[in-house]
Amino acid sequence: MSVFIIRRLMQALLVVWIMSLLVYVGVHIVGDPVDMLINPEADQAEIARVIRDLGLDKPLHEQYWYFLKNALQGDLGNSFIFNEPALKLVVQRIPATFELALAALGLAIVVGIPLGVYAGLKPDSKISQTIMASSILGFSLPTFWVGLMLIMFFSVMMGWLPSFGRGDTATIFGVEFSFLTWDGLQHLFLPALNLSLFKLSLVIRLARAGTREVVHQEYIKFARAKGLSQNRIIFVHLMKNIMIPVVTVLGLEFGGLIAFSVVTETVFSWPGMGKLIIDALHNLDRPLVVAYLMVIVVLFVFINLVVDVLYSILDPRVRLRDLKG
Amino acid sequence: MSETTNEEKVTLAPIETPFKRIWSDFCQSKVALAALIVLLIIIGIAIFAPWISPTNPYDLASVSILDGKLPPGSESLSGVTYVLGTDGAGRGLLSSIFYGLRISLGVGVMSALVALVFGAIMGLSAAYYGGRVDTIIMRIVDIQLSFPAILVALILLAALGKGVDKIIIALVIVQWAYYARTVRASALVERSKEYVEAATCLALSDRRILLRHLLPNCLPPLIVIGTVQTAHAISLEATLSFLGVGLPITEPSLGLLISNGFEYMMSGKYWISFFPGIALLITIVSINLVGDQLRDVLNPRLQK
Amino acid sequence: MTDTPILDVQGLETHFFTKDGVAKAIDGVDFTVRKGEIMGLVGESGSGKSVTGFSILGLVDPPGKVVGGKVLFKGEDLLQASDKRMQNLRGDRISMIFQDPMMTLNPVLRVDTQMIETIQAHEKVDKQTAWQRSRDVLAQVGIPSPEERMRAYPHQFSGGMRQRVAIAIALLNKPDLIIADEPTTALDVTIQGQILYETQKLCRETGTAMIWVTHDLAVVAGLADRISVMYAGRVVEQGDINDVLDNPVHPYTLGLLGSVPGHNTRGTRLYQVPGMAPSLFNLPKGCAFQPRCEFATADCQQDQTITEPVPGRAVRCCHPQLEVSS
Repeated sequence: MSVFIIRRLMQALLVVWIMSLLVYVGVHIVGDPVDMLINPEADQAEIARVIRDLGLDKPLHEQYWYFLKNALQGDLGNSFIFNEPALKLVVQRIPATFELALAALGLAIVVGIPLGVYAGLKPDSKISQTIMASSILGFSLPTFWVGLMLIMFFSVMMGWLPSFGRGDTATIFGVEFSFLTWDGLQHLFLPALNLSLFKLSLVIRLARAGTREVVHQEYIKFARAKGLSQNRIIFVHLMKNIMIPVVTVLGLEFGGLIAFSVVTETVFSWPGMGKLIIDALHNLDRPLVVAYLMVIVVLFVFINLVVDVLYSILDPRVRLRDLKG
Repeated sequence: MSETTNEEKVTLAPIETPFKRIWSDFCQSKVALAALIVLLIIIGIAIFAPWISPTNPYDLASVSILDGKLPPGSESLSGVTYVLGTDGAGRGLLSSIFYGLRISLGVGVMSALVALVFGAIMGLSAAYYGGRVDTIIMRIVDIQLSFPAILVALILLAALGKGVDKIIIALVIVQWAYYARTVRASALVERSKEYVEAATCLALSDRRILLRHLLPNCLPPLIVIGTVQTAHAISLEATLSFLGVGLPITEPSLGLLISNGFEYMMSGKYWISFFPGIALLITIVSINLVGDQLRDVLNPRLQK
Repeated sequence: MTDTPILDVQGLETHFFTKDGVAKAIDGVDFTVRKGEIMGLVGESGSGKSVTGFSILGLVDPPGKVVGGKVLFKGEDLLQASDKRMQNLRGDRISMIFQDPMMTLNPVLRVDTQMIETIQAHEKVDKQTAWQRSRDVLAQVGIPSPEERMRAYPHQFSGGMRQRVAIAIALLNKPDLIIADEPTTALDVTIQGQILYETQKLCRETGTAMIWVTHDLAVVAGLADRISVMYAGRVVEQGDINDVLDNPVHPYTLGLLGSVPGHNTRGTRLYQVPGMAPSLFNLPKGCAFQPRCEFATADCQQDQTITEPVPGRAVRCCHPQLEVSS
């Protein structure tokens, strides 16, 4: 098992390194590096100084080496707008985005799986057909528009829920969390709901497809022949089998949630990473953009790693195959 | 006795072309049929927008800020009835939506088509030539697909800047990987079939084998993915425009219209964002419904 | 001595309602199984033998449905029993062993989980006791080092081992009756032999009755006490195994036995029953075997009732072949 994890870790590190190469080279090929990294309003002396400091007058591979060296020490340059280390700014916002993404994921799972399993067990019932029809709506509706409509209805018309910001937070281990306060929860609900909609449809469809496939398997019939209760068959035998494809897809999609939070955070003014980069793009704050991209890449690779490990825990056949091969 | 009736049936039934069969299977779903009709109407609106719009929202002379923020159904000072109301600058919403549909659909379909062609070529090449070509192409596809579309789009647009052509390029780069992977999968299945071996033995040129033999059999999944991806492209473009990194103000797609209306929502002027959203919604849902039905119809495993 | 049989199936009918028509998978199955005896249920593919097993346990899935008859288990009609009652009986008083051991066990659950849950579904015992009982039964079916193997997953066992696990599960709650649906068909011939022998031994020791469903006469010959022959959804002949094999009475059984290669038929052309089994959608009126039977007459168009031409033998035929055949 640990061999498996170590191997995956090495692969992950490799990917991060390659991506850093790509991002860096991309930035240098596509635009003028001077513009990229230096505040456009600096004067000549400043520009000359920065060029020398950052080694921009040196050949590309040396620059990349510089970049890598600095990056490993945690220095990705300073944001133009905030004039603070870009990396620090991005990392500060991670908890907010993660909280939002996790809440959305949680909603999608908690609501989606029961609905999907039901639709799979009784595919011809009216309820199931309604569920499936709504799921099409779920992934067709553009997230940002739904967010607007949610605000429209719940905040402006009904005044039930706040429409922007994060509200009060409580701190654990020095990190702020919203869900621990009632006010924070109120602020969290709408954006989490908005972000979860797309994934909800996906989970429902997956759970339904998985259920329909598993229900016809011999081992389910055998479980009935053993006299097991309906509940046991559904919640243990069925669930464990459909969790495998669901978890895999969800895990891969979690990264998508983080990326897509860009939209939700903008609509609800949720102070996460996503909002940061949109503002950065508008303000041409290039170091911030680079910092965000690198952080995201690392996050993604890490998430893929966790999913792989989870998958092998859930499906014992994969574990052994990997050990042999 | 039953044998003669079977024989009769065989001689009387007309020969069905694939298209006819697909069409009749497609029509089995009333919902999908309705969606198709709606889609055709929308496409019609998009194409004929300049001729059927009640007002021209881009003719600065006819737009007056005094007409701004009128709720749906109200009459302006100049006597024009705005069926869906006006936006902040006084442009009729219905007309803006028509023009917006034109741009949204145009950009979405164009990028999907280019991505399809490019992706199909890559996928076919990967499947046909195999070996290193295959490995390289699929590596790129895998890496790209492991990142969410919106992220890739953001990165590209950060580098490329604004403009219709740049958006289309970004959308194409985001999408081609799906097509490539799908086409490669179908092509691999086909390639191992005997008729391709036969064609190779006959020393037909590579291109001929690719185009005339492999490609037609890869079409069904391609069509299905194509419809779904077009919906995604339209949605993605709207999202990017909403975020302000998509199309420039000179080419207002539905996303931009919605974004324009954002600031007015707090004061209850919901229609500025609402109606363009509905238009977007109807477009995407109908494409998805049609795509869903096409998938069921074209899936060989579901054929009896 | 001959008290109530453990199982008394009378006129069982199970039909499948598909959009291509009604397939009469079982159209008149009658047999009895006595306490502790092994009944071989024999027939070719499509004869309905597997469906019989499922019908008895109430496990027929739609579009199939049991439409008639009685299944008396220790006097109680299972077809009238509630779902809850059936759930109590399954795995406890009547167990089933399926054909393909690969697909029968849930691949993502450990073997001990799947065994313990069978016990706990029917009895209030704690996990430890259930675990011990499972381990003992595994040892009984011949699995080495059962304590370790119990923690394993199904795919880590070989085919023969997996089937032994399935048999162990069937025996866990000391059922009165085990229905085994072609349990050795998917296994090697040598393993098959072992399992046959061990199963027979176990049934004798525990006094468990068994219905062994198979298409293989050779299997039945060495294993069963009595045999029921099925054709096109009906039991056409039933009786003591040696009696039936030596002196088959129904023309189908005659044909079946005649087509089995043996020492004395070496070098000669194997006999083949002419024609093909009828489609279950379109059964001929009266006797289903009639189109292929060389002894058929006009009487065969009538529904065939069960007669007892020879003591201890039940037949559905109006021309039972009583002369001793070679």
